[in-house]
Amino acid sequence: MKDLDQRTTTFSTRGLTKVYGEGHSAVHALRGVDLDIGRGEIVVLLGPSGSGKSTLLNILGGLDRASAGSATYEGDSLTDMTDRALTTYRRDHVGFVFQFYNLMPSLTARENVELVTEISRNPMGPDEALELVGLKERVDHFPAQLSGGEQQRVAIARAVAKQPAVLFCDEPTGALDSSTGRAVLRVLRDVNDRLGTTILIVTHAAATAAMADRVIHFADGAIREVVVNETRTPPEEIHW
Amino acid sequence: MSALNAKLGRDLWRMKGQALAIGLVISMGVMMQVMMSGLVASLTETRDAYYERYRLAEVFAPVVRAPEHVATRLSQVPGVAAVETRVTASARVDVPGRDLPVAARAISLPDRSRARLNDIHMVAGRMFDPTRPEEIVLLDSFAVAQGIGVDDSLGVTLNGVSHDFRVVGLAASPEYLYYSAPGELMPDDARFAVIWMGRSALAAATQMGGAFNEALFSLARGASEPEVLSRLDAILEPYGGPAAFGRGDLFSDHFVTQELSGLVASSTAVPPVFLAVAAFLLYIVISRLVQSEREEIGLMKAFGYTSTEVSIHYMKLVLAIAAGGALAGCLFGIGAGRAMVQVYLQFFKFPFLVFRLDPASFAIGVSASVTAASAGGLLVLRRVFALAPAEAMRPPAPADYSRAGKAFSGIARWLDQPSRMVLRRITRQPGRMVGAVIGIAAGMGLTLSMITLMAGFERTLDLSFTVLDRSDATVVFYGATSPAAVTRLRRIEGVTVAEPFRQVAVIMSNGRRSHKGAITGLTESPQLGRAIGPDYLPIDLPERGIVITPALADILGVGAGDMLTVEVREGAQPVLRLPVAAVAQSLLGSPAYMDLDALNRAMGQGPRASGAYLRIDEDRRTEVHSALKDMPGVAGISLKDDARIAFETIMNTGAGSTRYVMGLIAFIITFGIVYNAARVAQAERARDLASLRVIGFHTGETAFVLLGELAVVVLVALPIGSLMGHFLSSAVAKGFSTELYQIPAMFMPSSHGAAALIVLVAALTSGWIVKRDIDRAELISALKTRD
Ligand SMILES: Nc1ncnc2c1ncn2[C@@H]1O[C@H](COP(=O)(O)OP(=O)(O)OP(=O)(O)O)[C@@H](O)[C@H]1O
Ligand SMILES: [Mg+2]
Repeated sequence: MKDLDQRTTTFSTRGLTKVYGEGHSAVHALRGVDLDIGRGEIVVLLGPSGSGKSTLLNILGGLDRASAGSATYEGDSLTDMTDRALTTYRRDHVGFVFQFYNLMPSLTARENVELVTEISRNPMGPDEALELVGLKERVDHFPAQLSGGEQQRVAIARAVAKQPAVLFCDEPTGALDSSTGRAVLRVLRDVNDRLGTTILIVTHAAATAAMADRVIHFADGAIREVVVNETRTPPEEIHW
Repeated sequence: MSALNAKLGRDLWRMKGQALAIGLVISMGVMMQVMMSGLVASLTETRDAYYERYRLAEVFAPVVRAPEHVATRLSQVPGVAAVETRVTASARVDVPGRDLPVAARAISLPDRSRARLNDIHMVAGRMFDPTRPEEIVLLDSFAVAQGIGVDDSLGVTLNGVSHDFRVVGLAASPEYLYYSAPGELMPDDARFAVIWMGRSALAAATQMGGAFNEALFSLARGASEPEVLSRLDAILEPYGGPAAFGRGDLFSDHFVTQELSGLVASSTAVPPVFLAVAAFLLYIVISRLVQSEREEIGLMKAFGYTSTEVSIHYMKLVLAIAAGGALAGCLFGIGAGRAMVQVYLQFFKFPFLVFRLDPASFAIGVSASVTAASAGGLLVLRRVFALAPAEAMRPPAPADYSRAGKAFSGIARWLDQPSRMVLRRITRQPGRMVGAVIGIAAGMGLTLSMITLMAGFERTLDLSFTVLDRSDATVVFYGATSPAAVTRLRRIEGVTVAEPFRQVAVIMSNGRRSHKGAITGLTESPQLGRAIGPDYLPIDLPERGIVITPALADILGVGAGDMLTVEVREGAQPVLRLPVAAVAQSLLGSPAYMDLDALNRAMGQGPRASGAYLRIDEDRRTEVHSALKDMPGVAGISLKDDARIAFETIMNTGAGSTRYVMGLIAFIITFGIVYNAARVAQAERARDLASLRVIGFHTGETAFVLLGELAVVVLVALPIGSLMGHFLSSAVAKGFSTELYQIPAMFMPSSHGAAALIVLVAALTSGWIVKRDIDRAELISALKTRD
């Protein structure tokens, strides 16, 4: 039934297109993406560099606007939202882990997390979030005093601390060794189990795909292939 | 929002060097505003308090001789609150060790009571004993200038008779804050004396028993001065002498008022220029600062912070710097104002100080800086908000240099990589460059206008004492004398030229505009005292008509060909209608010239001279001086060298002296601007520079990328700064010109060179500081985080 579909579908895109620049130098980052993501789903996006994965994430996360096509969140059209509405959407529903860690250099690890929890409705404590990513000991360090992987874990703590309805992770494990990577994926899985958070993960590590409900293969701004996993592999059992 | 506040605090700390430089620039602008207005407020207040405490008369009525009982009639004139009569006389004082006599004024004080009006302020010693006629009180500033002390004896010629007086006390008087030797424009402490003595003693020495020759008045509240003046003139008519005049025409008060209005003029004309430059700079720097934070702004927006919340955060940052600078400026301004007031206190010889601050100046200074900062911040924030967060935070945000390449690819081929980076950055981000260029140009303009001002003061001195006045000495007679006196001067051996002149006190008017001054009559084709045209060539004085100076033409609103009404205030007091024949050049005072014969005909007293300009044989100087000293009828002699020094002193200690402080402030602002430009560029490029180091560039090569940019910006700014300075100069020079002297704003290549040099030195110093930082920069941390 259509009604039921809509209730379980968190994101839905139709003909989603993104063009950077215009005329001669225009870059078609997305060329008509049709996609539905169910509530509580873990979706992994795979694809070569430059295929438009980050662009899709940015549009679904309300950070950027599509050039054409539509995208909805829980039935609300993201493509028609005002800037103010997009802000509210991000503030109340979305957590981000960026491809580049994007921490505030002038804030400590805890303060970076607080930056988000302070404006959230139902956050967990900053220390609790940092403990989750194994950085209990480093809460008072500045980003410049942390390794790349540690910075990434702070970024993840910052994203999950607000207990968002949807979580966008752009290469969350790219800079991590496999055991730390597994721990980070475990955190994501826990959040998903506990809160039913919808999670979209962009990654180059194909093995990560095993933990997803669905795997979407991206190429040249469009979906190539969708693979549905019968069972989700626990992160501890993933090797890469 | 504790995390945001923590960020605010740390960001401020991180950019402390830059924040300090911005704060310094803005504080200088505000300081100037506060200092100058506080100075004016304090001095005005102090002068008024001094006048009031020592009951300076509001109206002066000199007569030849009037019986004492007339005072009763005078006191009944409506509007008069109090009357005091006194005896005054011209005198000559012989100062030991000086070959020329010094002109003096002897003034009586009541024998038995304190003066009701024009009281004196004892500085040392005691009041004279009225029963001892040889005791006198001497003007303190003269005594100090001549090294005369209490208990010294003083030879004074009164009414042709020599007296041996004893100085028992030194005093100051609001009536004689300033005074000049007869016939001179500029006050000089050393060359005019005032002695106070008992009424009966002075009356006995001048045959004025039972009579007075000057009446002083204070006025009732709300009385009309002109009405009182005309009533008094009517009563005093039979007793001779010039008309009564108000306090505003008293030389001392006139001079003090002139100097104060000079300060007011420069305090209203110059600080706003400084403040505007500082505010503009603040705007530029703040907008670049916010621009460089765009990634963080994007990130905060990604987390769901609203534009308002982000704006408030950055406005706090901006306001912390702007308000901090403005507050520091207020404090500096109070401190500097206090220090300056002390200097002026001595200059004006006020015996005490009433320190006042002008609250409006705080408000103006603070609001100008805060407004400029907010405008700079808001404008950029709006631009940043217009970007999607994804765009704003795109990590190391490599700027798009693709467009820059095309136009310059031809040139770029000949350059090495670092030079290409400099070139591309400049051509690709012209907006930022324009901001930096205009900022530095404004700083240079400010410095240039101050240097031009200094040169203008020099120029005024030079012109006045070499081109306009070519005499060696000026002799002034007691009143208008027959030309025989000039002939006698010519006969003195060593006097090579003696040129008579006549000076007549007049009121010139055109409709409702009027000016109290004097007309100087000059001989035909004079050699020594000349009227000079705008081209610095002498003007031939016409048979009919008057030649005036630009300052006077301004006051009266006339030009060549217009008619002036001239009321003569001496002799038969004729009223003349004279055409303005020409407008002459003058940088000193506002003289008016007429042909001597024409002036004498108008006065109807036959040929007369009030003095003569002399040229003296250098080798016979001392003989000439001693001959002049013994010459009857000579009221005073002023040597040009003395006059020049007196003039220099006034320009360097009076209203003009603020130019040094202003010059210093201009320099600090310029330095702050240049330093800021270097710092902002460094902050924007920290990551690029670190990358270059990592690739293997040496620190020198890395610094070149940054400093090359600074160098180009500075070089482009120099000619623009020259142009800005050229226009600022006229505004500043106008602000410093007073009725006493006019400061020209001249184009002089050397001034432009000096200003450019100052900017270059500032650039080199800033570059050196920044380079030192680049050398020390920790590569890893710069690369790890955005900054
Ligand atoms: N601001 C921009 N202007 C122009 N082109 C852009 C811009 N941002 C992205 N692109 C282009 O859009 C395409 C998709 O970029 P996107 O960042 O989505 O790729 P991606 O799949 O995330 O790649 P990666 O795995 O390397 O992160 C790329 O070709 C990229 O060059
Ligand atoms: Mg990407």
